[in-house]
Amino acid sequence: MTTDHTLAASGLSAGYGDRSVIEGLDLELVPARITAIIGANACGKSTLLRVLSRLLAPTSGQVLLDGTRIHRLPAKQVARTLGLLPQSPIAPEGITVAELVSRGRHPHQGLVARWSAADDEAVAEALDATGTAALAERPVDELSGGQRQRVWIAMALAQRTDLLLLDEPTTFLDVNHQVEVLDLLTDLNARRGTTIVMVLHDLNLAARYADHLVLMEHGRIHGAGAPGEVFTAEAVRTVFGLENRVIRDPVSGSPMMLPIGRHHGVAED
Amino acid sequence: MSAQPSSATPPSTLERVRTERRRRRVRRTVTVLVLVVLIAAGFYASLAIGHRVYSAGEIWRVVRGQQVPGASFTVGTLRLPRAVLAVLVGCCFGLGGVTFQTMLRNPLASPDIIGISAGASAAAVVAIVLLGLSGPAVSVIAILAGLAVALAIYLLSYRKGVAGTRLILVGIGVAAMLDSVTSYVLSRAAQWDLQEAMRWLTGSLNGAAWGDVRPVLVALLVGGPLLLAASRDLTVSQLGDDSAAALGVRVQRLRLVVVIAAVGLVAFATAATGPIAFVAFLAGPIAARIVGPGASLLVPSALVGALLVVVSDLVGQWAIGTRFPVGVVTGVLGAPYLIYLVVRTQRSGGSL
Repeated sequence: MTTDHTLAASGLSAGYGDRSVIEGLDLELVPARITAIIGANACGKSTLLRVLSRLLAPTSGQVLLDGTRIHRLPAKQVARTLGLLPQSPIAPEGITVAELVSRGRHPHQGLVARWSAADDEAVAEALDATGTAALAERPVDELSGGQRQRVWIAMALAQRTDLLLLDEPTTFLDVNHQVEVLDLLTDLNARRGTTIVMVLHDLNLAARYADHLVLMEHGRIHGAGAPGEVFTAEAVRTVFGLENRVIRDPVSGSPMMLPIGRHHGVAED
Repeated sequence: MSAQPSSATPPSTLERVRTERRRRRVRRTVTVLVLVVLIAAGFYASLAIGHRVYSAGEIWRVVRGQQVPGASFTVGTLRLPRAVLAVLVGCCFGLGGVTFQTMLRNPLASPDIIGISAGASAAAVVAIVLLGLSGPAVSVIAILAGLAVALAIYLLSYRKGVAGTRLILVGIGVAAMLDSVTSYVLSRAAQWDLQEAMRWLTGSLNGAAWGDVRPVLVALLVGGPLLLAASRDLTVSQLGDDSAAALGVRVQRLRLVVVIAAVGLVAFATAATGPIAFVAFLAGPIAARIVGPGASLLVPSALVGALLVVVSDLVGQWAIGTRFPVGVVTGVLGAPYLIYLVVRTQRSGGSL
């Protein structure tokens, strides 16, 4: 399985109405790797993801998918290469898991083309990969938060894109489900070489699971690279305005940040 | 991602996915067939039943164009256009209604609740009574008014995006204002009788003629295929704008095409029969209950709409001592459901 699709932004600016959120941003995503975007609230993480997935048009600059401006490509063609799981997708009332996951096949179907055996296979595989096969006939609105998030990821998997963008896939999940979702994405990356780009809130999980970290600050990129290089106490202080210590995560060896705050931080090393 | 061997998938999941999908398809096909049979039965009853009941043989000869004393006029000129119009406007209201409900993800957001039918109706009344127009001109004015109302509601409820509830409340207010315009204009037209007034307030098939059928048929032949072509995109758009866009749906363009087609259908139907109460509102949710969740509801809703109008007209005409216009019967059916829905939405904020 080769994933040589590239996604890059150059001189990218974007915003809503008069309000500019991202300004002159350059970014090249590493193919076949897991990239996590972190940064303070309202720093433009989600906006960046929306522009990268052509949900939002840039005010200047461009997003290039395999070297072509993404906003000029046919929508369905893009959707066969690049998938996005938005922050709060809506499950229609009463829809079953299998039916919802089947919606992921939409970009592969023409105006008249019927549902094919390949579609069934993609759906079944996505259900198996996310451990949701046992839930296939259940209505989505009866599921727990963690199960539901896995079902949404299954839908994105059924889309079979080489690039998958996720906007805070672990928000509102208990910590065990957060880890479950991130493990699942790691499996996906390892098995299929899918390029994964996700916005994450939890810095330590981001540093642990990502091959590549992008730190954002006020619509710009403060630093990008391997967690061991860019995830430093200095960087966290600049980006989040938080006094902190970064130590080595005893479990994974990745950097791990400990916030200090006003009431602690006098303990000895 | 095409070279994934199928052997990686345990057959059980694949089998279950297939079975589940086939089950849904069978249920959908059976539903559509049953609805078609029921509509055909209602259609036949509409032709046969009346002050004089005609036999199947007589009706068949009239439909084939032969002269049958008595039946040619009663069935051919009075009952046949009425029954055909009932089916057509039912389809139009059903399609228009479910399109709005799906697009706005709210069962209350149907054109007859949020004032689009009321706008088309008020415009038609103004065109006929005050401007002295008739025929296609009335339809054109009705559709323009329908689109104008849709735009007005959208703009009035816009505040950093359009929230469903605000749009619906604004729409209900606009509908009430437009209904009063209709009442006012009708009250000034002294030569009009109660039947005619009822037509523009609740909808009626009285006096239906072939001249009324043609524009509705054309609207359905243009708008129907447009909506059906957008049907899968519309289904995907239920997942939210971002998800739909991520799946390759051009959300803005879809919305534009679909609103124009749906308003067109509702406006043409309204210009012919008046805003038959609650048909657009009821058809989608009823179809959703019988087809099951997830499937495209366009065709089933069109059929449910047609069935509602045909059966309600039969009931209004012959089941009760007095003859009521069809809109009174559908109104009686729809009002309790509206109350139920408002109460339930208050509790859970549900969708279609």
